[in-house]
Amino acid sequence: MSTGLKPKHQRLVLVVLALVALVGAGLLAAWALRNQANYFYVPSDMVATPPEVGQAVRLGGMVETGSLVTEPDGITVRFVVGDGEARVPVMFSGIVPDLFVEGSGVVAEGSLGPDGTFQATNLLAKHDENYMPRELEDMTVAQARETVAETSE
Amino acid sequence: MIAELGLAALWLAAALAALQLLAGALAVRGGDGETLAALVRPTAVVQALLCTLAFGMLLWLFARTDLSVALVANNSHSAKPMIYKITGAWGNHEGSMLLWVTVMALSGGLIALVERRLPERTMMATLAAQAFVAIGFYAFLLLASNPFERLVPAPAEGTGLNPLLQDIGLALHPPTLYAGYVGLSVAFSFAVGALITRQVTPDFAKVMRPWVLGAWIFLTLGITAGSYWAYYELGWGGWWFWDPVENASLMPWLAATALLHSAGVLAARDALRAWTIMLGVVAFSMSMIGTFLVRSGILTSVHAFAVDPERGTFILALLAIYIGGALVLFALRANTVAEGERFSVLSREGALVVNNVALSAILGIVLLGTLYPLLTEAFGVRVSVGPPYFNPVGAIFFLPMLVVLAIGPLLRWRQDRLARVRGPMLAIAATAVLALLVAWWIMGAALFPLLGMTLAAAVAIGSFLPLRGRSLRRVPSPVWGMVISHFGVAVALFGMAADTAFQTERLVAARVGDTVEVGPWAITLASVDPVAGPNWTALQADLHAGYGGGASQSIQPQARSFWTPPQQTSEAALLTRWNGQLYAVIGGEAPNDEAGATRWQLRLWWKPFVTFIWYGGVLIALGGALALVGRVVGDVRRRAARSLIEERRVDTPREPAEALA
Repeated sequence: MSTGLKPKHQRLVLVVLALVALVGAGLLAAWALRNQANYFYVPSDMVATPPEVGQAVRLGGMVETGSLVTEPDGITVRFVVGDGEARVPVMFSGIVPDLFVEGSGVVAEGSLGPDGTFQATNLLAKHDENYMPRELEDMTVAQARETVAETSE
Repeated sequence: MIAELGLAALWLAAALAALQLLAGALAVRGGDGETLAALVRPTAVVQALLCTLAFGMLLWLFARTDLSVALVANNSHSAKPMIYKITGAWGNHEGSMLLWVTVMALSGGLIALVERRLPERTMMATLAAQAFVAIGFYAFLLLASNPFERLVPAPAEGTGLNPLLQDIGLALHPPTLYAGYVGLSVAFSFAVGALITRQVTPDFAKVMRPWVLGAWIFLTLGITAGSYWAYYELGWGGWWFWDPVENASLMPWLAATALLHSAGVLAARDALRAWTIMLGVVAFSMSMIGTFLVRSGILTSVHAFAVDPERGTFILALLAIYIGGALVLFALRANTVAEGERFSVLSREGALVVNNVALSAILGIVLLGTLYPLLTEAFGVRVSVGPPYFNPVGAIFFLPMLVVLAIGPLLRWRQDRLARVRGPMLAIAATAVLALLVAWWIMGAALFPLLGMTLAAAVAIGSFLPLRGRSLRRVPSPVWGMVISHFGVAVALFGMAADTAFQTERLVAARVGDTVEVGPWAITLASVDPVAGPNWTALQADLHAGYGGGASQSIQPQARSFWTPPQQTSEAALLTRWNGQLYAVIGGEAPNDEAGATRWQLRLWWKPFVTFIWYGGVLIALGGALALVGRVVGDVRRRAARSLIEERRVDTPREPAEALA
């Protein structure tokens, strides 16, 4: 397709090549998004239909009161995330966000370990009164449910 | 009174924009309307002045902490340092939208004032288009986000500014980014103006190019500064998170980079006409989509402060009008844009087409990844999209583009033979293979860093090869600009690959007196003390860090607690060497150890060559600046020469006329 082509044909070839590349990029993106998107779970979902071990997902819920324990190394914490229906144990090594306390909402990024403990690589907490992870805004319902469950026990 | 003056100026500016649109449109239609043409340029300039005045009034209100203005009361505090009072003016939704509109008005005023190379009719259409876009955003500002709204009664004290934003980064990052982001509106208006008047010519590309270049330089600097700001302010040690707000600034940059290169082809070779116009429309459309994503509060993101669906719908309607309108105009007029010159695949144009297609593909990938979570949420599935998607999928197009980047500038326009560039190509390949072997030997077989190192070496050598055989003193500054920008890409890529491959991290609970080793550093926790600032208190660690057994330097990371609003941030401490940075963060108090001694959480990173990422960004922008200066100086000289010639022509026939008189 060098100089032998008429200008009109050359433009057509260019347009077709560009389209093929762009459509290819789109299809590739769509395929990758289905595989690589990071799904959001609440504890009851995670217990009912657990993700594959090692698959990157996010877990959101309330940090159960009385469940937060720091390991002797001083930097690994274990706690339980619940939504009033199910409970998932979580382990995290690192500096926890400042507003991460028992009874507050949290979103943990990470994956489910083979022993059923969620291995978190990052914790997102409500980090001031104006901003919280979007997933946690709905959590007030679960929170209410949990409060009801606690008081009726 | 200041607030009212600002508001009045803003309303007047909006009215002038309407006048500018009307007069411009009539001037383009011709006939009697042409008498109005004289109005258009002065209107654009006065509109820019009024808008700047309104923005100045807002700055003044923030400097005085006038709490009777709702925006000030909600976002400022009298105890804040002066610099953060002023920068707080654009650290919120209304203020940043006012900055947005001000940049838009200023860029419109600037082209009205200085741009005289285009046919006047195209210029009128361009200024009308600029005013048409501005009107929508004035309406948004005045009807849905008035920055000058009063608060009755005025509170005794303001609620303060998000502490993350109380940083010198906020002073520089948003204005720079906006200058680029919104400066692209000029490219959009030029494209629309050229389509309306059917003037898609090399001259048009030559006129548009410096404006796009100017916006692109600011955008490059803004993204670089934003990346560094997130790096040291968030305390997470990362420099790019694929956060939707970061993507919102990256997408216009990708489109503008493609536009710069295709405008180069149009200017030099009169090819890629319709494509260049399309990119002009797409670039600013990406800026508007970014504004929608950030300002509507639709995203899960630390940056999305504004949560208000009404505003989101408003911007969405504006997007539909402007992007949809421009695309319809493009569809109607594209087939009337005459076909450009042809070229062979193996030519400078061919390489630039690869660059354009790859950049567009990456743009599409980033756009889909950014919008996908919003799409799935409509179906009740919550996902987030992060590095596992963006890195590999983007790399599929980014890496081949870098190969072409190393070779493309060596090729001739129109047509070239492989045999002619065999020597330099072998040199590039040899460098790449050498870099691959060295990188493999040092760091093993991590795929992406390895490819990154290899291509960084290839691009670095390839970027300088166009200078071979030329007298360096006579190389024009736009060519120097290209060389330096391309070299900047190599430098940034090297930084990214080195940081990914060699970064070491330690997370410990340390007692005072403990020594922690991270990479070549030995770091001793000397003390932890409480300290206080003007509106915060903090825990401050004193760390003594020694590199490779050498003398130790002292650094002090802090965990700060602000009280207005109550929030905590971590202030990382950085120690910069030529070959990287030590990054230290203090967390909180850890539980005591078995012996009952107090321990503190420390997180330490050694990040080899991480600084090269931002040096690279600055080099890319510097190259752009060199090219811009070269183009502007060249143009001024040509114009001076031409007017000299015309003067002589005018002078010659006048003499007989004077003799007659």
